[in-house]
Amino acid sequence: MSTMSRTQHIIPSGIIFAVGGWITWISYTQEPAEAFLFPRLISTAFVLLAGWTFVKALLGWSKIGSGITRSMAINLFPGLVISLIYVFWAAKALGFYTASAIGFFVLLSLYDPAPHSEMKSWIKRGVITACFVAVMYGVFAMLLKVYTPREILF
Amino acid sequence: MEFIYYFGNVFEPVAFMLLLVGTIGGLILGATPGLSPTMAVALLIPFTFHLEAVQGLILLGAAYTSTVAGGAVSAILLKIPGAPANIATTLDGHTMAKKGEGAKALQLSFLASAVGGVFGVLLLIFLTPLLAQWALAFGPSHLFWLAILGVTIIGSLDSASVVKGLLSGCIGLWLATIGFDDIMGAQRFIFHDSLGGGINIIAALIGLFAIPQVLTMFAKGRQGDGVEVITVQKHSIKDAIKILLGSKRAMAIGTSVGSIIGLIPGVGGQIAGLVAYDQSKKFSPDREKFGTGHPEGVIAAESANNAMVGPSLVPLLTLSIPGSPTAAVLLGGLLIHGIFPGSDLFDNHPDVAWTFINSMLIGQVLMCIFGLYVAGLAAKVAQVPQSVMAAVVLGLSVFGAYSVQSSMGDVYVMMSLGVMMFFLERFGFSAAPLVLGLILGPIAEANFIQGSMIASATDGVGSYFLSGGLNIILIGTVVASIIYSVVMELRQHRITNTPNEETQV
Repeated sequence: MSTMSRTQHIIPSGIIFAVGGWITWISYTQEPAEAFLFPRLISTAFVLLAGWTFVKALLGWSKIGSGITRSMAINLFPGLVISLIYVFWAAKALGFYTASAIGFFVLLSLYDPAPHSEMKSWIKRGVITACFVAVMYGVFAMLLKVYTPREILF
Repeated sequence: MEFIYYFGNVFEPVAFMLLLVGTIGGLILGATPGLSPTMAVALLIPFTFHLEAVQGLILLGAAYTSTVAGGAVSAILLKIPGAPANIATTLDGHTMAKKGEGAKALQLSFLASAVGGVFGVLLLIFLTPLLAQWALAFGPSHLFWLAILGVTIIGSLDSASVVKGLLSGCIGLWLATIGFDDIMGAQRFIFHDSLGGGINIIAALIGLFAIPQVLTMFAKGRQGDGVEVITVQKHSIKDAIKILLGSKRAMAIGTSVGSIIGLIPGVGGQIAGLVAYDQSKKFSPDREKFGTGHPEGVIAAESANNAMVGPSLVPLLTLSIPGSPTAAVLLGGLLIHGIFPGSDLFDNHPDVAWTFINSMLIGQVLMCIFGLYVAGLAAKVAQVPQSVMAAVVLGLSVFGAYSVQSSMGDVYVMMSLGVMMFFLERFGFSAAPLVLGLILGPIAEANFIQGSMIASATDGVGSYFLSGGLNIILIGTVVASIIYSVVMELRQHRITNTPNEETQV
């Protein structure tokens, strides 16, 4: 196992161990104690298992999982960032349908294997986006009567 | 024979229409690579809020059944299993399609799925009431251990690493404690306003199953699908039925293996299909033909993965222990309608329980009929570029999570859990035990607290939870499932003795 792949196992297992330690500390220190009876039980098992996973990663015994390759990370990064912006900011700030239309079109354009130089493929992406937003509006706003936050445009 | 009284309910207009929609939609979703049955059912749950409990369950049950069968379409025509349950189908199904026998393979796959599926649902019909009555004997300590058993059994059997599987279960159990404590009203682990009401199960299910798929599609980048699609030529259904009738051994093996595996909590359709394929090959006089486009390979694999569906609901409907990740999502669907599995379901909501089970029986027949006609359309849908699929699933996830309680908090929770699960999966953690922990956590805690109160007034906590025949059997099963998985993991490690593919950033 290479140093880098060991690091890949150490980082997530270290984070989980830290979270486990933190919730165990909270479970045993917060009051009222009766409310934390079950969390104490769970967090004890959590921190023991997380500790063992972390030790295995440190010793280089962690073999399960394929990790993240450089090309995978490069491919993933823009889509992940746009998704996070869409969910955590745009959906509320611009409204669901406006944000969905923009987010859908940008993601589609980023990952569509069709060439970016052709006008035809841009039109196709626009049409697919319009159809998607229309279907979402039809299903959620009209059929299921889900009232989404007020839109920036309407 | 109580179930017969409720057959008519399935044919009420709305119920039957939902059964049709679920079946046809499930076939198409199942054929789409990347959309697993679990994810399809999770994404459908928000659509059931406005339906009556039984109608919602009919929709979810039909989708569950037909997504498993629909996965055979892309397995046969594109060599891409629509779901993990269809991996074994590609072995002979795709070879048959390449030889110009695509239609025959599809017909055999749907016919075998229907026969296996009907057998599995019949098992569900006859076993469930018996087990549900037995479940009446369960007190708080037993229910606590049952919930723990549900998490540990899926954690140890469904994961590549036992420790990581169990840790996933613990993460789920901890997530279930977030929010206000029911008895004292104390705040627990509320780090953000969105968590005030606890973690909504449906939003969590959508996030945990759909978002990792979306991110996996992103991680593949701008690659063209490059899939060779095989044109389906016509083939007589009568001939397919004749072949099926002549393959009784493969049918019997597939159906029995699938049914038995379905009954074991935590063991999914992927294993059912592969084990049935392997056993059919072992017992067949034509074993050398397996892998070269032999119809028996398709029949064994497909009858097994659909025979697994019914029995996987037996532990769910009687003991609240889902037999598969999709069954875990169905449990979420039951709970949001205020229906608790077990004897309560059959005593107080027999109309819901039996109409749902009957609909699965009728659904098998509909799945077979429509499967034969929808296969061509499903194969076209299977070619939808991953870029479109990823964006559609992301949008559906956001709207679906929001529609649960019209809360942005649920959307944030959905996305956060989804991104976390994507990275956890890359390091060998599994979503199924985490989901089980999240769903069974409140059941485990409620019974733990109730049991502790009884215990403090009687024999003491240790004696109450650790003694008694049923407690010992349940604790023994928890321990045995963990030991078995550890032994199997060590043996597998020794056999392969080669490190998994380790990659670098």
